[in-house]
Amino acid sequence: MSRTVRRQRVPIALLVPAGLGLTFLVLPLAGLLLRAPWTTLPRRLTEPGVLTALRLSLETATVATLLCVVLGVPLAWLLARVEFPGRRLVRALVTVPLVLPPVVGGVALLLVFGRRGLIGSWLDETFGVTLPFTTAGVVLAEAFVAMPFLVIAVEGALRGADPRYEEAAATLGAGRFTTFTRVTLPLVAPGVAAGAVLCWARALGEFGATITFAGNYPGRTQTMPLAVYLALETDLQAAIVLSLILLTVSVVILAALRDRWVGST
Amino acid sequence: MTALLDAHLVAERDGFTLDVRLRIAAGEVVALLGPNGAGKTTALRVLAGLHPLAAGHLTLDGADLDRPDRRVWTPPERRPVGVVFQDYLLFPHLSALDNVAFGPRRRGADKRAARARAKEWLDRVGLGDQARRRPRQLSGGQAQRVALARALAVDPALLLLDEPLAALDARTRLDTRAELQRHLGAHPGATLLVTHDPLDALVLADRLVIVEHGRVVQEGDAATVTARPRTDYVARLVGLNLHRGRADGHAVTVGELTLTTADTVHGEAFVAYPPAAVALHPSRPEGSPRNVWAATVTGVQRHGDNLRVQLTGPVEVAADVTPAAAAHLGLIPGRPVWAAVKAAETRAYPA
Amino acid sequence: MTVRWIRAALAAALVGALGLTGCGGADEPAGPDVAGPVTVFAAASLTESFTRLGKEYEAAHPGSSVTFNFGGSSGLATQITQGAPADVFAAASPATMKTVTDAGDATGEPAVLVRNQLVVAVPRGNPARVGGLADLARPGVKVALCAEQVPCGAAARTAVDAAGVRLTPATLEQDVKGALAKLRLGEVDAALVYRTDVRAAPGLDAVEFPESARAVNDYPIVVLRAAGNPAGARAFVDFVRSDAGLAVLTAAGFQAPPGG
Repeated sequence: MSRTVRRQRVPIALLVPAGLGLTFLVLPLAGLLLRAPWTTLPRRLTEPGVLTALRLSLETATVATLLCVVLGVPLAWLLARVEFPGRRLVRALVTVPLVLPPVVGGVALLLVFGRRGLIGSWLDETFGVTLPFTTAGVVLAEAFVAMPFLVIAVEGALRGADPRYEEAAATLGAGRFTTFTRVTLPLVAPGVAAGAVLCWARALGEFGATITFAGNYPGRTQTMPLAVYLALETDLQAAIVLSLILLTVSVVILAALRDRWVGST
Repeated sequence: MTALLDAHLVAERDGFTLDVRLRIAAGEVVALLGPNGAGKTTALRVLAGLHPLAAGHLTLDGADLDRPDRRVWTPPERRPVGVVFQDYLLFPHLSALDNVAFGPRRRGADKRAARARAKEWLDRVGLGDQARRRPRQLSGGQAQRVALARALAVDPALLLLDEPLAALDARTRLDTRAELQRHLGAHPGATLLVTHDPLDALVLADRLVIVEHGRVVQEGDAATVTARPRTDYVARLVGLNLHRGRADGHAVTVGELTLTTADTVHGEAFVAYPPAAVALHPSRPEGSPRNVWAATVTGVQRHGDNLRVQLTGPVEVAADVTPAAAAHLGLIPGRPVWAAVKAAETRAYPA
Repeated sequence: MTVRWIRAALAAALVGALGLTGCGGADEPAGPDVAGPVTVFAAASLTESFTRLGKEYEAAHPGSSVTFNFGGSSGLATQITQGAPADVFAAASPATMKTVTDAGDATGEPAVLVRNQLVVAVPRGNPARVGGLADLARPGVKVALCAEQVPCGAAARTAVDAAGVRLTPATLEQDVKGALAKLRLGEVDAALVYRTDVRAAPGLDAVEFPESARAVNDYPIVVLRAAGNPAGARAFVDFVRSDAGLAVLTAAGFQAPPGG
């Protein structure tokens, strides 16, 4: 037997399905690129409605992600670190928005936050606040659909993190909250970042819950996916252009963020 | 000397019960020594507040920290206790300085004061120039010293160390042990060192408490414990043969064998002697040795410059012989030999 | 209530699968002339009437089977021009039908099947007291329209402009069902939809308004070039255009075509 180090060989049994998987994911993108109306692209890009929808998409997805982080990280901590009766049930409930068709999620949101909804009617009567058909409603719909991605990623990171660091912090005088902010959170920061990226991407692509809960109105609730869907009704090429814009912007942003993280750690 | 720590630790863990009484004076270093699974780490966790006390009490510096019968319990972050964990658990996202400053900061010092204090401690453990490094940039020995500085920086009344040298290689361990001895000597509070390494215990501790199966089986200073082991585990640790029997003056009966000893004891007694005191002969020796019996070789291992021979017979015994003697005797497992021990080399004491 | 609407909203996602099943049956043993499967792509507003007519057609033509794919007409048109296998296309507007005929995917001239008229849909009892288009511009009245990219939205825009009403809707829904769902959940006070949609939706009333005459919508129907069962397709078109077929359609709120 030779003891020399050989160039690592990738087993064919892994390489073939990996290649097929990649092709399957990338081919539809290639389809979009091939059918894109490149000659009219610059003109379509500068149409005011496009930029309005793009900006609204980026803004709402970002705010929704922040909302998910603020609420989802503590929820993930609760699931990962605190023993309480019914924890398994709660964990299953957290994933409900993943399995629920987004349109149904939108209806459910209306039943709670709508003008006649359980909380929505109270909000309307007490503060005169209505969420449907508002930009805040878009954020809410996106957060509802995207939050499980964050919670699952962060809970996984927390379970992977050694809880003895938290014990060490306790012996040094840190209470549970301080331990969470000073030790736990920095330890799982990569997990939180990964979860936030997933969450943001999901929020950016959100369609069903948004159109159901927040409706569709340019500049207020019409995000890129809604614009794409409506463009499909009349103009396939316009829909392709809008999709490519959304795709390009999100890929650029994600790549830039990733470089920053890789650079900082 | 009044005890700074006075504890009766009763705790349950996975169907295993720990029941240990501990008293440690200010400035005293006690080693909790025992085999794996004896409950040493559980005892340490109970003292730190990381594991609940089922019964008993825990009083430190005059304050009841834990007293289940009175429903008194102090969370870990409010105990004047510092812990050096087995693999140190330095926070990977903080510099050495911020690791050490973490405790003072949490206990009320402002950022600047906490850092000044941390710097002082890093200097004291000789790592002042490594303050800005992250834990993964430190060597094992350096990480151990940072962990020690971190635990001491909060001025704990009780310092707990869990196998502080186990993660180090043999060479680093030697240096670090000497260094650790110096710092433990300077610590004004009580110190409990959990270890399964008798050398750590003998070098670092003023007093040894030996636990087996969750109970204290023996305690005392190093000289007493090494001279008069009371369990097979302790005897093995200190390298002695140990038998328990009935004494009547100079004669101790162990099973079928009666050993003559220099000491005078009556009633239940232990007899101890070093493996080097056991002489082996191919046939029954004539003359002086009073304690002679037939035995069978069960194993031979290298032991320093000599060979350690395991024997079975009326008693299980280890004997140290020179390689030359071993060759002469043809010591292979199964070989019958005669074992002889001089009475003057045995020690007998009441059980 | 919502379940049916959700089903309609999800129909677009299911289109591929439905199209495939329709196509797979093309080689089944043929009975009399018009037997065999017919795949019909039809505007969502035809869902109730066509489902019923499909059953009647199957009963009248043993050995035949009708598979429907209901959805927004524009989406259906896109699917047809992208090669979705269908025998018959019934659109909710001439404009969407034109994309199919322009692409050369239709056989012959589309016939006008029925006409549909816009109404203001309100919850039963009309709590917001909407009497006409002008009331929709009142402050505090929330209105759902269809997006202009879909026929009901284009018609609504025509009617609103004809009435000279300055209207800011709360939402521009992707189809009629979306607008009606918002109305039924109480999120809006009124929605501009077709009369047939209100007729099919329990708990809603229709408020007619004169300007709707300017936005009457023709429903063209045609047999497609790619039809796997052209004879069956023609038979189905004839059946829905027959007096019996029109009776079902007018009962649903459609108007018979002029001169029909």
